[in-house]
Amino acid sequence: MSEVTQLIHQYLRHNKKFPHVLCPGCGHGIAMGSIVRSVHAQGWSKDDVVVVAGIGCSGRIAVYMDFNTVHTTHGRALTFATGIKMAKPEMHVIVIMGDGDALSIGGNHLIHAARKNIGLTAIILNNNIYGMTGGQCSSTTPTGDFSMTTPYGQLEKSFDIVELARAAGANFVARGTAFHAQQLDRIMTTAFGRPGFNLVEVFTPCHTQYGRKNKFKNPVEMYKHISKTTMPLEAWSKLEPEKRAERTPVGVFVERDEPGLEERYMEMKKKLLGSAQ
Amino acid sequence: MAQAKKKRTEIFALGNEAVVEGALIAGCTFYAGYPITPSSEIMEIMAARLPRTPEGVFLQMEDEIGSLGAAIGASLAGRKVMTATSGPGFSLMQEHIGYACMVESPLVIVNVMRGGPSTGLPTSPSQGDVQQARWGTHGDHPIIVLSASDVQECLEMTVRAFNMAEKYRTPVILLLDEVTAHTREKIFLPEPGEYEILERAVPSVPPEWFKPYEDTARGVPPVAPIGAGYRTHITGLTHDPMGYPTQRPDEINTAMHRMFRKIDQFFDDIQLVDEFLTEDAEIGIVAYGSVARSARLAVTKARERGYKVGLITLKTLFPFPKPSVVALARKAKCILVPEMNMGQMSREVKRVNNGATRVRTINRVDGSIITPSEILKSITQV
Ligand SMILES: Cc1ncc(C[n+]2csc(CCOP(=O)(O)OP(=O)(O)O)c2C)c(N)n1
Ligand code: SF4
Repeated sequence: MSEVTQLIHQYLRHNKKFPHVLCPGCGHGIAMGSIVRSVHAQGWSKDDVVVVAGIGCSGRIAVYMDFNTVHTTHGRALTFATGIKMAKPEMHVIVIMGDGDALSIGGNHLIHAARKNIGLTAIILNNNIYGMTGGQCSSTTPTGDFSMTTPYGQLEKSFDIVELARAAGANFVARGTAFHAQQLDRIMTTAFGRPGFNLVEVFTPCHTQYGRKNKFKNPVEMYKHISKTTMPLEAWSKLEPEKRAERTPVGVFVERDEPGLEERYMEMKKKLLGSAQ
Repeated sequence: MAQAKKKRTEIFALGNEAVVEGALIAGCTFYAGYPITPSSEIMEIMAARLPRTPEGVFLQMEDEIGSLGAAIGASLAGRKVMTATSGPGFSLMQEHIGYACMVESPLVIVNVMRGGPSTGLPTSPSQGDVQQARWGTHGDHPIIVLSASDVQECLEMTVRAFNMAEKYRTPVILLLDEVTAHTREKIFLPEPGEYEILERAVPSVPPEWFKPYEDTARGVPPVAPIGAGYRTHITGLTHDPMGYPTQRPDEINTAMHRMFRKIDQFFDDIQLVDEFLTEDAEIGIVAYGSVARSARLAVTKARERGYKVGLITLKTLFPFPKPSVVALARKAKCILVPEMNMGQMSREVKRVNNGATRVRTINRVDGSIITPSEILKSITQV
């Protein structure tokens, strides 16, 4: 059996009704593959992994994976995940959100989860658009771009997820893309093995909603665009400042090793219960 | 449920403190909340006490949406969980109340009602959230709403709320009003073992046979906690017996009807009332919360003056205790419904009364309590 087939058998649900909901060319499936490979690389038991997902096309991928899966509400996945991690710190918690999910409706939960440094990995599948609801703009739609609700171009600025998470106090912040699948695997595997709040932003193309409104002929063009406009962080840092704006850096931006909230909580409990005896 | 014991510990407590005592007795090990008057004491005491218990977890979240989200997450992981709030926070919780109903997550929400709408009257009592507790979240759903009229009952009804949440795998809302929550009086702490404490049913079959939302005779499927090896899927989308999203009318219908049936067929167990001098009552009073206390005093005084008055105190607000109220309506010439709102429970009384007898309302929405003399006056005017 090829490795892919083996992973499919091992990690995808056998009793789930396929076909899946994703469009051809959607980047979300590539991110899902990367999650599976990275869990496998960690050697975790499936019973100990919980995938908590928000609402959107992104959130829909949870159901296909044979872990403990919780498909929550729009923007609030991190709050459920926080409760699960605090209730069962031994679980490996992975949270999957869309850009609208994590940053528009869920922005407050995102910054607070990062500030709390709750021990989990938050994966934001950023396609710069609301995919599921038909292509309205999100808080990562670039200025000037078109969507169903910005028919004359987006006037607002978009969030830089990496900078936002860094400022909010995340332990680990990285950016990868659905085009660079191997690099994405490396990033996710690293994130999964770390303490505290880890955030991975993934650029995933949505041709169905974003591409067709922004002059991309097909999904392949969108992947090519990702390849052309991104650059490893190390190389990007060496660019002249005026050249930097043309490229988006990908890689690992923040690596801190502070213990997660659940670890600090256990420490506090130990002290309290010790002194009570 | 309480069997009287000889020696019991007495404490002097606020209604809000009694709620915490009740929760801890019931086995609550997880609290997530956001501060709001007049419920904050519940949160503050939980913050002090839970970390000192072996399993206890306390979390202050960024808002009430997040509080209930975290509580549901912990409930899915097998914990007995609670959150407490008041009007504005209760409004924010509506989205996740629906989610908890849909995924059938046991949990307890305490809403200490204050005057509304909006920020309203932060420190004044009200009973304005009664219908919101029943119907606040979107979509058809069953729900259990309980209430308490004094501090001892705050403790007892909190234990019952947890028991019902576990037994019926559902969110249970405990509606208090500011008066009950902030009254300080002497109460008895139950002896260990005095209350029966219920736990949710867990699967008795191996994971490969388990269907997380299978229809059972009781209508309440066992819950496999996250991490117990069952690897289930939980979703707020309408789901089939496996927990996977479905659009099939037959599966949707079965799921929806089971959700209602699991509560409907146990009305006897859920609908709790206290009857006071109702056997020969010509005038009936239906009340709940602190107003029921005023009503009880009014009944005693009216009886001294020769009026045949009786009182039903609703401990369960929803599902509405129809049998008891209908029985009272059949014998009384008039029913009085005093409440601190524009008539939210009297709607239910009128509905089940169905024109059989006169229903009179006494309403207050000015942030003041309804006094015994106000009710007494109405009794004498009937
Ligand atoms: C409270 C609430 N508001 C709105 C919606 C409708 N809704 C569903 S998905 C979605 C946006 C999804 O976009 P995104 O999070 O970027 O994920 P994608 O579908 O692009 O993966 C919206 C607005 C909802 N489900 N709940
Ligand atoms: S609409 Fe976009 S995000 Fe949704 S499945 Fe299709 S390509 Fe993917």
